[in-house]
Amino acid sequence: MTSTSQPWVEKYRPRNINDVAHQEEVVRTLEKALETANMPHMLFYGPPGTGKTTCALAICRQLYGPELIKSRVLELNASDERGISVVRNKIKGFASTAVGQGAPGYPSPPYKILILDEADSMTNDAQSALRRTMETYSKVTRFFILCNYISRIIEPIASRCAKFRFKPLGHEVMGDRLKFIATAEGLTLGEGCYEACSTHSGGDMRKAITLLQSAARLFGTATITGKEITAVAGAVDEDQVAQVVALCKTNQVDGANRIIESILKDGFPGLQIITQFAERVVDDEGVSDAVKGKICARIAEADKALVDGADESLQLMAIVSTACVAMKA
Amino acid sequence: MLWVDKYRPHTLDQMTTVNTDIAQHLKRLVQDGDCPHLLFYGVGGAGKKTLALAVLREIFGAAVEKVKVEGKTWKLEQGERKIEVELTTMSSNYHVEMNPSDVGTKDRYVVQEVIKDMAKSRPIDAAGQQGYKVLLLNEVDRLSKEAQHGLRRTMEKYSSACRLILICTSVSKVLDAVRSRCLPVRVAAPSVETVEKLVMDVAQKEKLVMPPELAARLALHSERNMRRCLLSMEACRVQQYPFKADQPVQLCDWEAYVTQIANEILQEQTPKRLLQVRGRFYELIVNCIPPELIIKRLVRELNRKLDVELKHETARHAAYFEHRMNEGSKAIIHMEAFVANFMAVYKKYLISSFG
Amino acid sequence: MTEAAMDVDGGDAPQRQKASAVDANDAKKNQMWVEKYRPSKLSDVAAHKDIIDTIGRLTSQDRLPYLLLYGPPGTGKTSTILAVAKELYGPQFSQMTLELNASDDRGIDVVRNEISAFASTMRFGSNAGFKLIILDECDSMTKDAQFALRRIIEKYTKHTRFCLIGNYVSKVIPALQSRCTRFRFSPLGPNAVKDRVQFVVRQENLQITDDAIDAVTRLGAGDMRRTLNILQSSFLSKEGDGPIDANSVYATTGQPRPEDIEAIAGVLLNSNFKEAVAKVAAIKQERGLALADIVRLLVEYVFRLHMPQLARANLVSDMADVEYRLAYVTHERLQLMALVGAFANAREAIVAAAK
Repeated sequence: MTSTSQPWVEKYRPRNINDVAHQEEVVRTLEKALETANMPHMLFYGPPGTGKTTCALAICRQLYGPELIKSRVLELNASDERGISVVRNKIKGFASTAVGQGAPGYPSPPYKILILDEADSMTNDAQSALRRTMETYSKVTRFFILCNYISRIIEPIASRCAKFRFKPLGHEVMGDRLKFIATAEGLTLGEGCYEACSTHSGGDMRKAITLLQSAARLFGTATITGKEITAVAGAVDEDQVAQVVALCKTNQVDGANRIIESILKDGFPGLQIITQFAERVVDDEGVSDAVKGKICARIAEADKALVDGADESLQLMAIVSTACVAMKA
Repeated sequence: MLWVDKYRPHTLDQMTTVNTDIAQHLKRLVQDGDCPHLLFYGVGGAGKKTLALAVLREIFGAAVEKVKVEGKTWKLEQGERKIEVELTTMSSNYHVEMNPSDVGTKDRYVVQEVIKDMAKSRPIDAAGQQGYKVLLLNEVDRLSKEAQHGLRRTMEKYSSACRLILICTSVSKVLDAVRSRCLPVRVAAPSVETVEKLVMDVAQKEKLVMPPELAARLALHSERNMRRCLLSMEACRVQQYPFKADQPVQLCDWEAYVTQIANEILQEQTPKRLLQVRGRFYELIVNCIPPELIIKRLVRELNRKLDVELKHETARHAAYFEHRMNEGSKAIIHMEAFVANFMAVYKKYLISSFG
Repeated sequence: MTEAAMDVDGGDAPQRQKASAVDANDAKKNQMWVEKYRPSKLSDVAAHKDIIDTIGRLTSQDRLPYLLLYGPPGTGKTSTILAVAKELYGPQFSQMTLELNASDDRGIDVVRNEISAFASTMRFGSNAGFKLIILDECDSMTKDAQFALRRIIEKYTKHTRFCLIGNYVSKVIPALQSRCTRFRFSPLGPNAVKDRVQFVVRQENLQITDDAIDAVTRLGAGDMRRTLNILQSSFLSKEGDGPIDANSVYATTGQPRPEDIEAIAGVLLNSNFKEAVAKVAAIKQERGLALADIVRLLVEYVFRLHMPQLARANLVSDMADVEYRLAYVTHERLQLMALVGAFANAREAIVAAAK
């Protein structure tokens, strides 16, 4: 891809472990491990967008250099592959090709590295199969397992790996990185931009950078403000949501539904609407806890219903009705 | 040629009434250089396909409109099985357009194979460099999860040879992983005023006299769906010209039918009536009206005549049964259950209010 | 959680095809304690005294039938049968026993070939008149494979005894079940587990607090394999020179500590809605906990609280709904709000009852 459209997430991904923001303990331990170049299997866990893939790739680069990395490193996304056998075959295929010569100037240890992303979405059976494969090929292949929750990785795998916890990123850290990228790309972060990025990304650096890039591409302005970020994030105008809540309080179900319909027609996804609605209700000091409980319960049901593929407008109507009834009492 | 197709803008510059802002942004995006993957999302009749085709035109010029329709077959080997997949594609020298979810469960093979094919035959662009082709995929939200994962991987691998333009209605059904690799473009349905303006524009181009009241009513009935608006406008034209200000705007057959069902339910709440309603539902289903649309419309029609308290009850039942209908295998059962529940609630209400 | 039988390392492994690339030094250093401390004598197997006695008696009377050992993982099924084999065959143990993973993707034909190759060589001069074939994970075989297996068993019945091992007896076809004597291995009691853990601690000379041993036992939940893995895992990831304490055990497994659950429960019962959502979210993020794990452990906690029966019933029911939905890729923030709501309702009921 030419440089104009290369995702900034890739373009500005730290190449060295030392450059990875905010994960000092992890980095320290990794650097020690790199000295010996005899590494165990690794398990990186933590919220999305905190640097797990970056660290894994940075280690690989430091071990093998840019040329050798292509043949020595395989990145697999665990949720891609359907079925244990596919996982097995791909890994077998990778691990069984002989390890060639090392690259000059790099440690090039005599093993390959398999990076397995989103490992916690693998079923337990698939993980058991993976464990057997890990055992079989551990001499020639090291496994880097990346996941969100360590409790979802079965014990036999977790017990064979050195574990590294990636902490969620704080606001200042994200802000610094965004400023760095903006400057490099010739952009200025305008009013509210940084707050908007932080809110809509939920602490996920990858999301924040993608938002910035999308806003820059779509609007083409040299200054990005919070407005552009919110537009690209696909968030509904808060005033509209506030209006809906206010109408629910006075049982004006038709008015509330009209606004919801209009928001849906504007193309906003149902999940976005129910999330903003829920946050608004929870934030509202004038609503009692019991009422909040009833409304949030219905919204949680709608969450699942939407995941199942139910119709968005009917679920939203039901939420509006629940809110009307609850807030009236 | 239908007005819907005749007055569809072909270039981004022609979009002066609807989606003007988006069109300008996209134009600048294309001109700035390398276009990223795009994801157009929004309700039907808002202009997603129109925008996508206009973007193609902006990138490749008029040659992209010479489109060839062909039915392609791919023979693939997956392990020991041989799979044969057939799909209709529309392609020019620069792009391929298709609807992969039509293939059903084998959609992921199609997506992967088509992109690989495209990568093999890259065109030479104006600067003499190896350019890229565009793959336009419709109804991406109906793709299976596996197909979307495959799409994600192929997007990364072949991105220098192939750009993707994805179109979908419900963006939440598109995987996060795919969404984050595209530039999302939300295409909002035009406002009622904009639709009205569109009606007047088309009327002018067709050299028709359009009474403003009729235009307003057409815009209102279209429910912000341009396609629907132009279709009903043409239907009005066929029905009666010169237009009369109070000329009726025809509803679709099935919508009128559902209104009738709603009236019948409100009229009588007995098992006999329920049986009749069932017959009507079958009629609609046999004519391929999607059950979700039936329930939605039915709820709307019922709500017109109900007190606020009943609206809440109706909404609750409708959401419940539609959700279950979605998960179940026989829609009619759930539709009937909804009507039965509604009748029970309504009857109780009538008795308690009027004795 | 279904887990395959672990490879049995070391000199007295039964005949088994292994494409292991682990060299001897690594194996010894990194040897899993599950294998190192696998009981070698029947008397060593923790708990299940009655089953051991029965099998022991049958073995000594030379009346060993076909066996079907089933139950949750880590309860001693494979260890028991391996110990039986050692007792039966003494030093010729490895030649007289074949251990196979029946659901290996190599297929039932390969399994059949291996059995036939093994069974057709009859060893003279051994005490027992038959060979032993152990088929692991027989419950994840397809029905067809199980039917094929039944025929294999019938064919080689003269000189072999089969022992089937699995987690769910309901997944084994009746035809196979009827040919075997079934033994159910129930989850191990905490005392039996603790004894074994303390044995391993002594053997490995571990510095570990009593709290940590309790934590390991509790987290193992009656699965000896899991317990020993947690123990070893905690040992390997321990930083610094101090003993292994409960904190490091919880940190290693990513499970919420009892203090975390108490803190969360405290917030849920005492803070107002908005604060509760914010605080629980903060604890969750700070400790890296999954909401599903929190809900699971909160339920146990709820049963120890003092509250009216109906309130508790409703609360647990609501929590079960949250847990159910979390299994479906729903969004943790929204489900967290529902959890807070469930507690808000419970709080109200408690307050009302107090009046």
